[in-house]
Parts: sequence; C-alpha cells; structure tokens
Amino acid sequence: MLQDKDRIFTNLYGLHSPELDAAKKRGAWHLTKEILDQGPDWICDQIKASGLRGRGGAGFPTGLKWTFMPKELRDRPHYLVVNADESEPGTCKDREIMRHDPHLLIEGCMIASRAMRAHKCYVYLRGEYINERHALEKAVKEAYEAKLIGQNNVNGWDFDLYVHHGAGAYICGEETALLESLEGKKGQPRLKPPFPANAGLYGCPTTVNNVESIAVAGTILRRGAEWFAGFGRPNNTGTKLFCISGHVNKPCNVEEEMSITFRELIDTHCGGIRGGWDNLKAVIPGGSSVPMVPAEQIMDAYMDFDTLRDLKSGLGTAAVIVMDKDTDLIKAIARLAYFYKHESCGQCTPCREGTGWMWRVMERMAKGEAEHDEIDTLLDVTKQVEGHTICALGDAAAWPIQGLIRHFRPEIEDRINQYRLPRAMVQGAVVAAE
Amino acid sequence: MALRRFDLEAGGDTFAFKPETEEKIAFWRGKYPADKQRSAVIPMLWLAQKDNNGWLSEPAMREVADRLEMPYIRVYEVATFYTMFRLQPVGKFHVQLCGTTPCQLRGAEKLKEVCQKEIGDIMYVTDDGRLSWEEVECLGACVNAPMVQINDDYYEDLTPESLSQILGKLKNGVEVQPGPQIDRVNSAPEGGATTLTDPSLFDGSKNSISTLPNLPSATPAEAEAAGKPDAAPPTNTKREEPTAGKTTLIDGKKKDGEE
Repeated sequence: MLQDKDRIFTNLYGLHSPELDAAKKRGAWHLTKEILDQGPDWICDQIKASGLRGRGGAGFPTGLKWTFMPKELRDRPHYLVVNADESEPGTCKDREIMRHDPHLLIEGCMIASRAMRAHKCYVYLRGEYINERHALEKAVKEAYEAKLIGQNNVNGWDFDLYVHHGAGAYICGEETALLESLEGKKGQPRLKPPFPANAGLYGCPTTVNNVESIAVAGTILRRGAEWFAGFGRPNNTGTKLFCISGHVNKPCNVEEEMSITFRELIDTHCGGIRGGWDNLKAVIPGGSSVPMVPAEQIMDAYMDFDTLRDLKSGLGTAAVIVMDKDTDLIKAIARLAYFYKHESCGQCTPCREGTGWMWRVMERMAKGEAEHDEIDTLLDVTKQVEGHTICALGDAAAWPIQGLIRHFRPEIEDRINQYRLPRAMVQGAVVAAE
Repeated sequence: MALRRFDLEAGGDTFAFKPETEEKIAFWRGKYPADKQRSAVIPMLWLAQKDNNGWLSEPAMREVADRLEMPYIRVYEVATFYTMFRLQPVGKFHVQLCGTTPCQLRGAEKLKEVCQKEIGDIMYVTDDGRLSWEEVECLGACVNAPMVQINDDYYEDLTPESLSQILGKLKNGVEVQPGPQIDRVNSAPEGGATTLTDPSLFDGSKNSISTLPNLPSATPAEAEAAGKPDAAPPTNTKREEPTAGKTTLIDGKKKDGEE
C-alpha cells in the first residue's frame, strides 16, 4: 500500500480547504520559480525520466508528448489545452482534483506551458461540472491575485490560464473534437495529420493533456523523477488515481501505486467485493471503453498498462467497474452500447450507423430474442466498426461487446435458449427441423 | 446521435439577456482572442439558457448568434449537438438522472421508476411547473453511484427512498442538501477515509526542501547539504519485470490520440 507521505493528491476527499494558503502548506507552488528557471529541456527530461504515461486513457509518455512542440516560438502562439472533459463512464478522478486540489493543476499547467513554450492555457471542463468549474475559477482568481500567474508574475514566465466549458458531449474528450468545441463548433474530431502539435487550437501548435497528467508534474519535479519512477513496475511507473465503482462494499476514489494487484486494491480500500471474492464475476478495469476481464484472470493481476494489455484489456483511466455474480452482464454491456450510440458524433458512417445497430442487437440479446449465429454477425460488425473511423469512439464502442463475447459467449447462448424454450412451437421453423 | 428538434411554439419571438448577465458575457468573451470570439458560443448559450428558465429557445440562439456575428445555422448546429442545451421547456428543478452502466449496476433503474411515479414521463413538466426529469449519460460521479444532477448540483449515493424525499422537498420548496446522501464525505469510502490521515501532510513540513533534485549543476554533495527531499524506498523490488519488453500501447492508433 502506498504511504500517505507519497501521495500527490493530499486533499483528494476535500477534508481540507482547497484555498491557496492551505494548498501551499500541502506543498503546491513550492520552488515553482526554480523549476521554471531550468527551462523546457530539463523539465521534459525529468518528466521522461519519471516514466509518467498519460493518465487520460491512451498511456502515451507525457514527457515525450511535450517535446513534439516546435522548439522555437515563432509567429504563431503555442497553446496548452487541458482535457477536463471527464466523461468516460466509471471515471471521476479529475473532478476531485479540480474541486479539492485546484492549485496543483494550475501549477502543473504553468510548468507544462513552460516546457512547451506556451504562454496561454485553456482548461476545458465538461459542462456538467458546474460546481467544479466555480471551484477552479476561484483558485485561478486567487493565483492571479497572488501574482503566481498572469503577466509579470513572481515565477518569471508570463502565463494566462482560462477556464472553458463544454455542454455535455462525450466525444469532446477526444483531443481534436475538444479543440473544435473550444473553437465554438460541433465537437467532431479532425483528421490527423496535421497533429495538434503542428496545427491545433486556432491553427497554432497545441498540446492536449489530461488533468491528472498535468497536476502531478509539479510534485514529480520537486521530489525527483527517481522518486516517481520508484513506484510500480518498469514502464508502468508512478502513482495513479483509481476510481472503484460497482459491486464493492465501499466504492471510492483512491491514489495508489501503479502495479498494485487488483485484490490488494479492493481489499485495502473498498472493503472487498460485495458477497466475497467468490462472488466476483467480471471487471471492466479502465473505464467503459476497454473490454471486460473475467474474475479468475483479474483477481491477482497487476493494475498497470502492460499487464492489462496482455489480458486483452487496458488500464485506460483506471476506472475500475466491478461486477458480481448477480449482474446481468449482457444488459450492462447493452447499456454501454446505448451510451456509445448516444454519444457518436455522426461524422463517420461506420460509427454513426454501427453504434445504433450494435445497440439494437445487444438489446435483443439481453432479452434472448436472437439467433445463435447472430452472435458471430455481431462480432463481425464490431470488427468492421473498429479501426474504420476518424477517432477512437468506434473502437471504444466495439471493444466492450468483443470482450463480452470473448469471455461470456455461453451466457449469451443460454439466454437465447431460455427465451426460446417456452416459445418452441412459435418458432417452429428452427426447432421442428429436428 | 440523438434526434433533437426545436420547440418553436413555446419559444415565442423574443429573448433578451438579463441586465446582470452582461457582466458574465463580458467575462467569457474576454477569455478568447478578439478575432476568435466564436469560441464563446457554448458559454453564451449556457448563459442564455439560464436566463430563459433552463431551456434554449430559438430567439435566444439568434440573440447569441447576432452578438458573436455568427451565421444562425452555426449556432443551431451547436445547440442541437450538445445535449445539455435543452430545446423544450423544463421544470424549475430539472432532474438529470444518470443511467449509464456504473449507476445502473448500483440501482439507477429503481430511481427511474421513482421519477416516473413522482413526476411522470421523460421531459414532462409537472402542472405546478416545478419538476421535470430526463435520463442522461454518465455524469462523472461513478464512485458515488447512483446519482442525479438537479440544476447545478449533484445528489449522490441515492436510494429510491432518498430520491423520493428530495423530490418531495423540492416540490414543496424545502431546501435540500446536495452531495452524498449517506454517511460519507465526497468520494471517500463510506464510514470515513482510511488514507490521507498523516497530519504532516497538511502542516507545511512538505516545504522543507530548498533545492530541486536532479539539477544539472548540483553535485550530489551539494544537494545533500541543501537538504535532500525524502526519497521513497522503491516498493517494487519484489515485482517481476513486464513479460514483453516492448512499449506497445493499448491501441497503437491512439498514439497521438486522445489523452
């Protein structure tokens, strides 16, 4: 278990004040000027050495991402955009950072901006987080008043931070859709290339990072890359906010070391599985977009990028959705299929049509009102959606269904048989042939 | 995609921002470069919705378009794309019930029945104009599931009984307390946090270091003298190396993709 002294988000639960004085006592804004004075190369090298991988789902090395920005500030300004459009089902970590530890985020924005030679930063919050937005705005105001940020601030790097909000579209969590939305358009993802590091917000070099990736930067630099790299297995280093929801006794958010085992995570922080470990059926380990993993495979698995990838799933945002044996898995995945159908932006045909198609079939399968060979047809359609869209929403819609069929196909078949049993005469054509 | 249409009849012909909103409009418009004012469209539509009893009428969209010098169709596009813009009248307290899987697993369907019983069908406004409800997708408070958002506030860890009580109170104009409705603080585990209890985290002793680690110039000895940060002992010594040495991402395609 991670010790308290090594936790970065010390006010995760909001038991203390989020205000500047209290945040400073907890370590924020300490030695910030010294960090900024070291310049972009040192900052990027340290973040690279710490092994920090993006916390928003894809797990791309953060330090490397920062180096993609142009090395000189020319005629176009550079922008940092922070992705606080936290809408992945199961995920609720950034919300806690913004309402309880906003100064860590603001400080992180400033450091990241220095690393990519940006003077302006936008934080894009999801529209539903209204109180969180007010909390963040208040902290930004405090930082301006204390001259920590702004023009001619005490930290010696001109820096402006603006809070922006969306209005309820999951797709705006995709980086280019987020930029479109920030420009005042429908949130439909852009074709890449050009990548945002060349032409992003307003056509200028832009980097989009998750809230958590940015907010840990200050502490990593203060305590040293080796300290952060000391947690977790190689290539999966650091500490991570886990959001554990579903059928555990005490769902909660908690900051833990990467590569903690699933069993330890649940037993230490969540009071165990509802009805005991024998009652565990399946787990979605990284937010709704990753395939589920059945109980016997996940129980003693390490919660990190590489282990879960080998289990044909992913760490994603570390939003652990636990499902016990009372769960109707087919219905749960059908509800996710509805989610993706609802949130598809409608730009690419495979996704716009495919998500609706998959949802309708899933609804029938949840009732059992389907043919056995439709399972293969469904699997085939998920493969046709996957990888054939501009952004990853098509993949995200396909994976939960693939995971269900991969691990729980007999359950779907049982459901179909059960539905047919009392109706054997009605569906005569199929049954009477015997 | 969801099919969303305007309610032209209920919207009337006119809309005007409230005088006190002007300050907020100026605040939002000040955030964007002078030639990129279009960026303010979502915040301004949101303010318009607030000034129009919680929903967005067509004249309100035109007002926003005129102010931002945008073609009307561009604003219509935005208003119909984003689901938080409500295109038909809603009650004074509009309940948005999260029905996505994490909430569903913990009983959101029972809450739907409560709403159906206490209020009526989706988007139906009660006769006194106080309540309406709809089912929405994940609101991002999954460890506090099941939950609803009523206007600006989250009500978390609900049961059918507690939701029914909240609705009753709102109907009768009694104040209700947002946040978790059971014995827990925010997203800490029920019954009290077991972590973050060390008092030294909060008394400023974390700021004792005076030099950054890993500075290019500083020799180890200098760093020692200046007060080294408390190095954590590596905790992963007993763990095995990852089986595959390569850094394959979960999905190679996402390489530069979403964070």
